[in-house]
Amino acid sequence: MIVNRRPLTFWEKLYLPAIMGGLKVTMRHAWRTLFAGKKVTMEYPEQKWAVPPDYRGAPYLVRDQDGSTKCVSCQLCEFVCPPKAIKIIPPGPAGQIADRANAEKMPREFEINMLRCIYCGMCQEVCPEEAIFLLKDYSITGQSRQELVFNKEKLLALGGVHPGIQKWKHKAEEAKEQENFPVKV
Amino acid sequence: MSTPVTTETKPAPPVEKIKVKVDGREIEVPRTTPDPISGKPIPTTMIQACALINVDVPHYCYHPKLPVAGNCRMCLVEFGTPALGPDRKPILNQDGTPKIAKSPRPAIACATPISPGMEIYTNTPAVKQMREGVLEFLLINHPLDCPICDQAGECKLQEYSVDYGQSASRFVEPKVHKPKAVDLGPRIVLDDERCILCTRCIRFTKDIVGDDALGIVNRGSYNTLTAYPGKVFDNNYTLNTVDICPVGALTSKDFRFKMRVWFLKETKSVCTSCATGCNIIIGSREEKVYRYEPRQNDAVNACWMCDSGRLNYKWIGREDRLKDVQRQKEKSIWNAALNEISHKLKSAPVGSVAIIASARQANEELWLLSKLKAKFSALSDSVPRMAEGDKLLLNADRNPNTNGARLTGICFTEMGSTIPQIASGISSGKIKTLIVFGEDVTKHGLGPDLLGKLETLIVSDILPNATTRLAHYLLPGCAHAEKRGTFTNAKGRVQKFMKAVEPPGDARPEWEFLHELVFNVTGQDGFVTIEGLFNEMAKEVPAFKGLTWAGLGDSGATVPI
Repeated sequence: MIVNRRPLTFWEKLYLPAIMGGLKVTMRHAWRTLFAGKKVTMEYPEQKWAVPPDYRGAPYLVRDQDGSTKCVSCQLCEFVCPPKAIKIIPPGPAGQIADRANAEKMPREFEINMLRCIYCGMCQEVCPEEAIFLLKDYSITGQSRQELVFNKEKLLALGGVHPGIQKWKHKAEEAKEQENFPVKV
Repeated sequence: MSTPVTTETKPAPPVEKIKVKVDGREIEVPRTTPDPISGKPIPTTMIQACALINVDVPHYCYHPKLPVAGNCRMCLVEFGTPALGPDRKPILNQDGTPKIAKSPRPAIACATPISPGMEIYTNTPAVKQMREGVLEFLLINHPLDCPICDQAGECKLQEYSVDYGQSASRFVEPKVHKPKAVDLGPRIVLDDERCILCTRCIRFTKDIVGDDALGIVNRGSYNTLTAYPGKVFDNNYTLNTVDICPVGALTSKDFRFKMRVWFLKETKSVCTSCATGCNIIIGSREEKVYRYEPRQNDAVNACWMCDSGRLNYKWIGREDRLKDVQRQKEKSIWNAALNEISHKLKSAPVGSVAIIASARQANEELWLLSKLKAKFSALSDSVPRMAEGDKLLLNADRNPNTNGARLTGICFTEMGSTIPQIASGISSGKIKTLIVFGEDVTKHGLGPDLLGKLETLIVSDILPNATTRLAHYLLPGCAHAEKRGTFTNAKGRVQKFMKAVEPPGDARPEWEFLHELVFNVTGQDGFVTIEGLFNEMAKEVPAFKGLTWAGLGDSGATVPI
C-alpha cells in the first residue's frame, strides 16, 4: 500500500510555530518541577514506588489457611511457562505424601529461575490449585546465578498464606461423612 | 492363558462385502470380521465400519482387541435401513434410490451389526445431545482430580469432555465417594472414584490373559471395581490394564507421580527383554527414560506387552554405566583406542582371533562383527539366555536378537556350542585375541584365568562386569534406546528401533565404531549411516534379501528363518 504524503502547508513549512509549541510544553514542565514543587523523579531505592494492586511481580508459592502446601505438582505451570523458568520434580511413587488429606501428591522440589522469569503470569493463570501467585516483588537481585534459582522452601516462605476454598479438605470431609452409608466395600 | 494374541499376517479367506453409508459416504465393508478372541468370523459392527474410513465414534468400553461389552453408551449413533414394502422389496424414492427408514431409536455402534444398505449417522444433533448426556452421567460421581491424576493428558474422559461434553455440570448433590489409592496388586494402584465401569480391564484379564481376577461389586452408584477377595492382581500382564483404562482408575505404581505424560517424548522402539520383540513406545524426557508402553503391531504383540519387559528399562539410566573408553584400564579416547586395536588386528594371523558377540546386539552390529570373523576365519559365538516362557507373549528365549545372530553367521543353531572350543583355543595359546561384545564371558566358561592368557582382550559393554574389568581395551556401548538399528525376533520379523535418549559420557553406538574398525582392518568401506549399513547388509546376507531400511516401516517385515 502506498500512502501519498500530503504536501506541507505554508504555516507548517515555516517550522517556527511547531518549535514554539514544543518549547511551550518544555517550559510548562520546567515551571512545575523547578518552582511549583511537583517532582516526577524518586530517590530509588530509598524511596519505593507504590505498586498498583494488579501488578505482576515475582511468582511465589502460597500455603492455604491451614499452612499446607497448595501445590500438587501437576506441572501445568512448568508446561505453560514460556521461558522455561519453572522446574518441578514430582514426588515419584515413594515420595512424601501431601500435607493435606486426599491431595495425594505435592512437589519434591519446585524451582523458579528468577533470571529466566518474564513475569507473564501464565503460571498463575493455569494453576488449577491457586497455588502460585505473582506477588508484588519486582526488584529481584542476587550475587550469583545460583542464588536466583528459588527453591520450594524459599518460594513458600516468600509467598505466605493465601486462603482458598480447600477443595481437597472438603472432599475428604465429604468422603468421611459417607462412611456411614449402608454399603460397605 | 487362553489364546495367542499374535496373528501373523495370513491371507484371510475372502469375505462377502456389503455396502453401507457412513455420514453419506458409501463404503464397502466385509460382512464379517474375525472375533478378537476366538478368531471366528462374527458380524461386522457399525463402529468397525466407521473405523474403516476414519470416522471417529467416541467410545470407552469398546476396544478392538477385546470382546464387546456395550455398557458405556458413548458410541450411540443414529442409523437407518432400507424400507421394505409388503412384498419384501425395497421401497424406492422418486429418483430410484432406496427409501431409508430411519430407526426411531439410536443404537450403540460397537455392538450393532451392519446390514446391506444401512446408513449410519454419527454427527446429527441428536447424536451430539446423546454424547453430552452420557458424559454428564459419567461425570456425576467423577472426582475431577485431574491435577493429581497420572492419566491426565491421555485421559479419554478429558478428551471427550472437551470434544463432545458440556462446559458446566448441573449436578449439585455431593458426589459418591469410593476407595482411593487401593493397592490392587504389586504393580497397580486403583482409584475407584475415577472408574467409569467400562470393564475393559476385567475383559482383558479374563479373556486375553486367562486370569479372572477382577470384577465389579455393589450396585448402582456404588459399583466398585475390585480384585477377587483374597487374591492379588499380579499376573505378568497387569500393566496392560493401565494402558486400556480410558480414565485414571488403574495407574501404574512404577510410573506413579513420576512425570506428567505431556512432557514425554515418544520414540518408536522394540522391547529387548525376550525374543518376541514387542513393539513399544519409549517415553523419555531430558535424556531420561520414564516408561515403556506397547505399540500396536498385529503381527507381533497386538496391543499388549508383559510387565517384566515393560519394567525392564531402569538399567538404561544407571549411574554405573560405562562412560569412558579405557586402554589398559586407563581412560583414553576413541581415536587412540580404535587405531591401536586396528593396528593389532591388522597384524593378527588368521585363526588367532575369536569373537563372542551378544544376541542383544542389533543385526547391523552382528553383521559387522561377522565381517571381522570372515577376515580371521575366527571362531565366534554368542550366549544363550533361556528361561520359562508363556503362551501369550513372553518367549522362552530372553535374547532379543537370537535369529539375527544366526542369520548373520555369528553363531549356529545351537547357541553357545562353540564357547568350549574357544576356551580350549585360548588355553592352548592358539587364540591370542578375544573380542567380546555385551556379554560377561566369565560366567559362560571363559574364566578370569583363561582371559588372563590372552594377549589382547577387546570388550565393549554397557554396564561394568567381571569381563569389562579384565579388558585391555574397553569400548563403552549404547543401550537400544540410545541408538538405532534392527532386531530379528523369534518369528523372523525384522523390526527397527529408534533413538530416544543420548548415550552417557563417551559411549557410542556399537555399529558406529565397529564400522570404523571393519574399515581399518579389512579395508571394506561402506555407509556410515544406519540406513546405509542396513541396506548393504540386506544385499549381502541372503536371509535379509530385498529388505530396505525405509521399507521396514514401523511394523517391520518377516524373513524366512
